[in-house]
Amino acid sequence: MADQMRFTNKESDATVDNSTLTSLLHGLPGVDQVGLEGRAATLATRSIKKDSKIWAIDTAISMVDLTTLEGMDTDGKVRALCAKALHPDPTDPTCPAVAAVCVYGDLVATTRACVKDRVHVAAVATAFPSGRASMDVKLMDTKQAVADGADEIDMVIDRGAFLAGNYAKVFEEIVAVKEACGDAHLKVILETGELKTYDNVRRASWLAMQAGADFIKTSTGKVSPAATLPVTLLMLEAVRDFADQTGTRIGVKAAGGIKTSKDAIRYLVMVNETVGEDWLNPDMFRFGASTLLNDLLMQRQRMRDGHYSGPDYVTID
Amino acid sequence: MPFDYAPAPESRSIVDIESNYGLFIGGSFSEPTSGEFFKTINPATEEVLSEVAEAGQADVDAAVAAARRAYDKTWSKMSGKDRAKYIFRIARLIQERSRELAVLETLDNGKPIRESRDVDLPLVAAHFFYHAGWADKLEFAGYGPDPKSLGVAAQVIPWNFPLLMLAWKVAPALACGNTVVLKPAETTPLTALAFADICQQAGLPPGVVNIITGAGETGRMLVEHPDVDKVAFTGSTEVGKAIQRAVAGTKKKLTLELGGKAANIVFDDAPIDQAIEGIVNGIYFNQGHVCCAGSRLLLQESVADEALASLKRRLTTLRLGDPLDKNTDIGAINSSMQLSKIEELTASGEAEGAERWSPTCPIPDKGFWFPPTVFTNVTQAHRIAREEIFGPVLSVLTFRTPEEAVAKANNTPFGLSAGIWTEKGSRILWMANQMRAGIVWANTFNRFDPTSPFGGFKESGFGREGGVQGLGAYLNVEDPS
Amino acid sequence: MSRVDVRKTHKLFIGGAFPRSESGRTYEVTDSKDQFLANMALASRKDARDAVLAARSAVAKWSTATAYNRGQVLYRIAEVMEGRREQFISEVSDSEGVSSRKAGAHVDAAIDRWVWYAGWADKYAQVIGNTNPVAGPFFNFSVPEPTGVVAAVAPQDASILGLVSVVAPIIVTGNAVIVMPSSSRPIPAITLAECLATSDVPAGVVNILTGAPAEVMPWLAEHADVNALDGAAPHADWQATPSLSRMRAFVEVKTVWHPMGV
Repeated sequence: MADQMRFTNKESDATVDNSTLTSLLHGLPGVDQVGLEGRAATLATRSIKKDSKIWAIDTAISMVDLTTLEGMDTDGKVRALCAKALHPDPTDPTCPAVAAVCVYGDLVATTRACVKDRVHVAAVATAFPSGRASMDVKLMDTKQAVADGADEIDMVIDRGAFLAGNYAKVFEEIVAVKEACGDAHLKVILETGELKTYDNVRRASWLAMQAGADFIKTSTGKVSPAATLPVTLLMLEAVRDFADQTGTRIGVKAAGGIKTSKDAIRYLVMVNETVGEDWLNPDMFRFGASTLLNDLLMQRQRMRDGHYSGPDYVTID
Repeated sequence: MPFDYAPAPESRSIVDIESNYGLFIGGSFSEPTSGEFFKTINPATEEVLSEVAEAGQADVDAAVAAARRAYDKTWSKMSGKDRAKYIFRIARLIQERSRELAVLETLDNGKPIRESRDVDLPLVAAHFFYHAGWADKLEFAGYGPDPKSLGVAAQVIPWNFPLLMLAWKVAPALACGNTVVLKPAETTPLTALAFADICQQAGLPPGVVNIITGAGETGRMLVEHPDVDKVAFTGSTEVGKAIQRAVAGTKKKLTLELGGKAANIVFDDAPIDQAIEGIVNGIYFNQGHVCCAGSRLLLQESVADEALASLKRRLTTLRLGDPLDKNTDIGAINSSMQLSKIEELTASGEAEGAERWSPTCPIPDKGFWFPPTVFTNVTQAHRIAREEIFGPVLSVLTFRTPEEAVAKANNTPFGLSAGIWTEKGSRILWMANQMRAGIVWANTFNRFDPTSPFGGFKESGFGREGGVQGLGAYLNVEDPS
Repeated sequence: MSRVDVRKTHKLFIGGAFPRSESGRTYEVTDSKDQFLANMALASRKDARDAVLAARSAVAKWSTATAYNRGQVLYRIAEVMEGRREQFISEVSDSEGVSSRKAGAHVDAAIDRWVWYAGWADKYAQVIGNTNPVAGPFFNFSVPEPTGVVAAVAPQDASILGLVSVVAPIIVTGNAVIVMPSSSRPIPAITLAECLATSDVPAGVVNILTGAPAEVMPWLAEHADVNALDGAAPHADWQATPSLSRMRAFVEVKTVWHPMGV
């Protein structure tokens, strides 16, 4: 596997031979579903208490990409979200800010104006969530978001092309979007809920990493299932192996469906025991979430005050 | 900052350990006639947990007589339907008390609570549940239209899975209409004694289950007792052979579940991350105190270096320590005697030229501990490749072709289990055919289920436990002609 | 002054809920002495249609639950029924006109029947299935699989024992069932539905339609999404211990071939 995957992505306008990509991706070791899910379930039994839990909750908060991706989003909604991102718990100045605010491209300018340089601004792009648009539109989408102030771009891969075996198309799109990003970090959304098999998830992870992704991300949040523990474990194994072979560390973002502190801590345990400390920071691991933040805040209050908190004691938006 | 896990101990207040225990004979606890007691300790702390009775000849006689009486007067006359209901009750009581039993098992045995809670106890309950269902369906099991029980079963079990081994012995015996006298291992008697309490709660007729504690001598008296119809033993091949000699020429039926030296064979097309997990689970589960442990890793040479590196990386994440901590992966070695045996064999491994490796892991001051250990450059000639270590010690060998893997895997007097890791289905089935072993796991390891028969080829014993085949060990299936 | 008792409204059991018939119809049920007992919901064609939908949506999950889990669920039904033993005895006694003692024997046998079938959940495949020593380098095995949605008529004379004897073997193997209980003695069936609703049986696995089998069954028989029909023998000896036949009737046997080679 190691030697097979050592191929370079040439110039961004160069074409990649699909049969070469196919043999490389299909040469990756298989994933046994039962074994993978069993390992994820075992890791989920870890019991995180006291100081470790306090640390884990703050770390999880600092990894949140606080997200709103609705048709009914407005400037007002986004401003409220930005305020929350900067001061998740207004009653407690020690509470860390989240990692980023994640919005649709047309709301990037508003978001950047609100958060200034204090947190990252992530824009979903490339005809999110379906990815069904022409290449020109996808690139324009990306460039506009970056021009408006996004320093992170969450792109979707063309799942149709991937499932049809047209890996070169997926690869070339990522390369082109990466170039359009300029200095902005590129998160590549695999939409694992549509890839269906773990073998596909491993292949798509490698494809995205080879094409220049800074992060690989599970899901748009618009397809069920979104992030799951086994899928994220598999992607962590992929970034671990990629780092072993290339020396390049790729980040992982678990997005969608992570709603409770308990869930979030399970992900952190998995990061800890699969790729280790180097990934336990917001530069290398993110949660894409909206409701998760309030549960983290309630747990944070619980740890601080010694009693369970309630939804009236955390702010909405 | 590293993500250290704060201690997360399971509460031991859920268990209530008496300062001493008598023998469970004829439905109630009684003092041993010998008046002798011995201590049972927590191997993780060396703390004395309780004193239990040392059964002598008179006690063994009394237990066998109680079992005989219960067999003649009650259990053999009871309908299968009613026997089933008692066994179902036991299964439910075990489910209800499962956390308590898990904590007790961990205290007495040293195994991590994660395993006693998530593996041992669910399997114990499942084993009773499954066999309860057979009690009134024996005519469908393929042993003839009206299969008969044997009588009184003498059962001697080991310390590695104390309550689970009890379940494997007691559940089929009762389902098939036998009564039992069971002797738990000397170092792990407490869950068997808690099981006696469960028998009382279930209202099981007195004498159907009798639990006598003691050491090897008590076990010898039990299996040699003339009024015993059936002997079932799980433990070392050495003791198994002695038992076989002792029952030779008697009416007693015998089943033995003995040692193993399983090969876990990893091909170059294996699902590698899952294979690494399977290797870890195969040998480090329960501190390697597992007769079917995958103690010999056979790696195809084309992936050996890569797999070994992954394995070592994975081993650095194993957490050794307080067995009651919910995050502990490797608990305590069950006894100082077992620890000495592991130390002696690993020393021989080094002396014979194998290369020893362990992750750095802090070892607690008190108690019996052995770090997860890997030996590379092992050959078939080394003692660590031939003898059962029964500890967290993996011997790594390599192979080039499937035929070579088969030859090496089968090149042992044992034949309990084997593991095969490949994504190629036809190879799994071909390999499974070639293995001289009672259980073959493919792309998994150390899986157990009451519906699935367990037992070995060759010097790993005979007879099966679990499944339809396991019933045969407790039924009179001799050809009547 | 004696207390005025509170009487129960008897409804259908579809998808885990207790709806009235969509038709709004009821019919009168009397005891063996023609005294009024209750108004029962009179199920219609559309109730049957709803029940098939409920059964179909339940079958995917129920048929892939582990056999162990299905066994536990069936055993749980016995446990819950045991707690309502007196109620069942009184209802069976009223509707069948038999003594409490005889009714008790029926009810006990019905409870025990759940236990018997609970034990089969993880065994029938071991007895019905097998490996096949085909002449070639192939691994070959046959396993029973549930057929899917079954529509059944329970015996009309044995109000609880007959009903349980029909339903249990259908669901233990992973099928879902729409069953019409005894038309003239339906009250124990609704009490059974209450037991099922509180004993971990997933919604839709058992659906009970009271009413006239002659009216509703033809619709179920012709329904294209019903996989099997069960018209239970009217005069069978329901007290006798069953054999495998009722389970065997509602499973398909699947045979798998796989080559063996390096």
